[in-house]
Amino acid sequence: MWKYVIKRFFLMFPTLVGVAIIAFLLLRIVPGDIVEARLMGSGGAFVTAQMIAEERAKFGLDQPLWRQFATWLFDLARFDFGRSMWTGAPILEEIKLRFALSLQVALMATIVATVLAIPLGVIAALKQDTWVDYAVRVFSIAGLAMPSFWLGIVIILGFLIVFRWLPPMVYTPFWVNPWQNMLQLIWPALAVGYRYSAVATRMTRSAMLEVLREDYIRTARAKGLWMKLILVRHALKNAMLPVVTVIGIEFAFLLGGLVVTEQVFNLNGLGMLFVESVARRDYTLTQALVMLTASAFIIVNFFMDVMYAWLDPRIRYR
Amino acid sequence: MRSVTALVALLLAALMAVPATAQDKPRSGGELVFPVPSEPPSYDGHREETFGLIHPFAPFYNTLIRVDPNDPTGTKPAPSLAESWTVSSDGRTYTFKLLRGVKFHDGSEMTSKDVKASYDKIIFPAAGVASDRKGQYQNVEAVEAPDPTTVRFRLKFPQSSFLLSVASPWNFIYKADMLAKDMHWYEKNIMGTGPFTFVEHVKGSHVVGKKNPNYWDKGKPYLDSFRAVFVRDSAAQVSLIRGERAHIQFRGFSPKERDTLKGALGDKIRVQESPWDCILMVAINHDKKPYDDKRVRRALSLALDRYAGSKALSQIAIVKEVAGVQVPGTPYATPPDELAKLAGYGKDIAAARAEAKKLLREAGVPDGFAFTFKNRGVPMPYEPLAIWMIDQWRQIGLNVKHEVVESAAYYDQVLRPGNFDVAMDFQCGYIVEPDLDLYKFVSTDKNPSNYSRYTDRTLDDLYTKQGRTQDVEERKRLIRTFEKRLLDEEAHYLMTLQWHRIIPHSAKVKGWQVTPSHYLNNTLDVVWLTE
Repeated sequence: MWKYVIKRFFLMFPTLVGVAIIAFLLLRIVPGDIVEARLMGSGGAFVTAQMIAEERAKFGLDQPLWRQFATWLFDLARFDFGRSMWTGAPILEEIKLRFALSLQVALMATIVATVLAIPLGVIAALKQDTWVDYAVRVFSIAGLAMPSFWLGIVIILGFLIVFRWLPPMVYTPFWVNPWQNMLQLIWPALAVGYRYSAVATRMTRSAMLEVLREDYIRTARAKGLWMKLILVRHALKNAMLPVVTVIGIEFAFLLGGLVVTEQVFNLNGLGMLFVESVARRDYTLTQALVMLTASAFIIVNFFMDVMYAWLDPRIRYR
Repeated sequence: MRSVTALVALLLAALMAVPATAQDKPRSGGELVFPVPSEPPSYDGHREETFGLIHPFAPFYNTLIRVDPNDPTGTKPAPSLAESWTVSSDGRTYTFKLLRGVKFHDGSEMTSKDVKASYDKIIFPAAGVASDRKGQYQNVEAVEAPDPTTVRFRLKFPQSSFLLSVASPWNFIYKADMLAKDMHWYEKNIMGTGPFTFVEHVKGSHVVGKKNPNYWDKGKPYLDSFRAVFVRDSAAQVSLIRGERAHIQFRGFSPKERDTLKGALGDKIRVQESPWDCILMVAINHDKKPYDDKRVRRALSLALDRYAGSKALSQIAIVKEVAGVQVPGTPYATPPDELAKLAGYGKDIAAARAEAKKLLREAGVPDGFAFTFKNRGVPMPYEPLAIWMIDQWRQIGLNVKHEVVESAAYYDQVLRPGNFDVAMDFQCGYIVEPDLDLYKFVSTDKNPSNYSRYTDRTLDDLYTKQGRTQDVEERKRLIRTFEKRLLDEEAHYLMTLQWHRIIPHSAKVKGWQVTPSHYLNNTLDVVWLTE
């Protein structure tokens, strides 16, 4: 088992280097840079070529690409993410400010999704082709069909029109005021968690249906084992493999991918920071955010792999 | 009998006027909450370009003089830290007398040394110090502080716009000692003399300021505090005002958003509107054929039915007024009757289009001539204006393709290298002032941001003359001549429609006057809330 874990661990690094190269090059291919975004806001009638050149030099954008890349990679290897080109603040500070909020929304959405998806998926599989199954299918297909930002807009407008109430505008950390925190974050978590649960419900249902048809389930039933025991110990554990994958990948995605939902609920999270940094051509911040998101995916995948090996011991012997 | 009725009516009117007067008496207290759609890179007004800096951070500062907060044209200079000023008879020396007893938020006294240090930073920045508007003060020879309450600006030549340029909302007065220690201190710190003191800025979230109890203008500010919340999405901004979580958004909303708020909140919403000191114009590349021919350029302008366009587009976009080179309603704007004499501004569109077709024929441009109109990737109002113009040009037999280029790349890839035939260009000012607004149109060798890329010494000469004359009427005449040459005789550039600023705000907000500039009137010292 340990050999398998170590092998998977070291495989993460070449993947990260690949992501770094792609992120760096893709950003440079996109036309425009931060100096344009910063100086041309009002049309730039008084902006001179010299001012543009000086600003570019300040950010090192006048250097050859290979040198810019080498400098960045060298700093990255020392865990120095540099400073945001837009605000001049350390990138870790910019990320830290938003990370707690994004992590909390991602965790809450995952809890909502898991709590809904696993029981519903199992029940739908057990009651296949009955009204219970149809109801669960309608619920989950509706979740897939509705973008979470749309649901978010409906929630906001519903509160606004019916109750003349809006969630708080400003983030309050949970440990400062749990009630205010929940009042603001429960709604995006529900909007996102519902769609997330729909994916996981569908996956749980189909995985359970597949497992329930396996020979070992038939054997267990023939031996006269309790149905509850068969379901929990044999069926659910084996059906969880693809479900865990879906939940893990969605969780990693939620950390940096809630762009539109964050906009709808005016959340100061990593998704919005991502979009703004790309729009402003803030290379250092965008690169750091890509690396962070990629790292989240890679780490989640690593834990998924480890969990696979735990759930299905055959995997580690391959 | 008639006189008795009149007397009763007068008495009733007087009685009704009493509560109105009481209502209009400023009330102290409350927190003003407003969304801000953009967040600035730093806190330094001398180097930034975005209103995202002015809206939340201007209340912490004062400027030497300001624009009168009650003037709807936003063009009248008014005292601020300087209580008075004089201009020498040759127009080359401006002397400002400062208020006594003004304190910075750290308790130290503000003197002419601070004003000089601030202006030296703006006009003569040291190497490595960015000052985005230093180009506007090229005429300043020296800034002097002969005594603690006097500041003197010596100019190389008379400049009629100088006073207003000192009223710039960007020119925060900083503390000289701080600048002496670190010229970049104000990029990351806030400390001024303004009506509010800084409480906190949570990046990406909000800025809070509280009333400065030692503010030099006694009795002000009226508000206890303000809270600026960064909200990028305009639907979310509308929701905040609709849900009465915020009072006002100072930049502006679209006509549809105004109607939504008015429909939902009725009398709880007050709408202030103004022509906006921003305009989209069409750059026509003089380096390319057939656009080097003024007959072609004139034809492009003659094809536009600006009055019909104004009616239609003002329903869906943030544009409205038909304008020349100055914002309508401001001191140097051309009156509508006179404007109608320029090519493309006449009321008889059939005749104008017939003339346009004739000019194109004479210039050898065939019917169905095709070109590409390049546009910046900003939906509002670039997109509706481009669609409108393309349709107008189609009506004189031109076949125009619309190509949208990503916003951040637009200047670098399209306008600056001249990689276009006809393209959208943009200008937005912080004060309506011909010196600032017309500089864009001087010859390209003098100002590279003239993207039509022409050399016109007559225009250059007119620009210089209008800027130096001290006679208002003479200046108006010179500006009209400049405008006629720019838009009619040579048609170097085409103006589309003036932007239109719409501010629907809570009726509780008083003391705030909309102006053509979304950079003005954000000190918040005179703003108050009815409850």
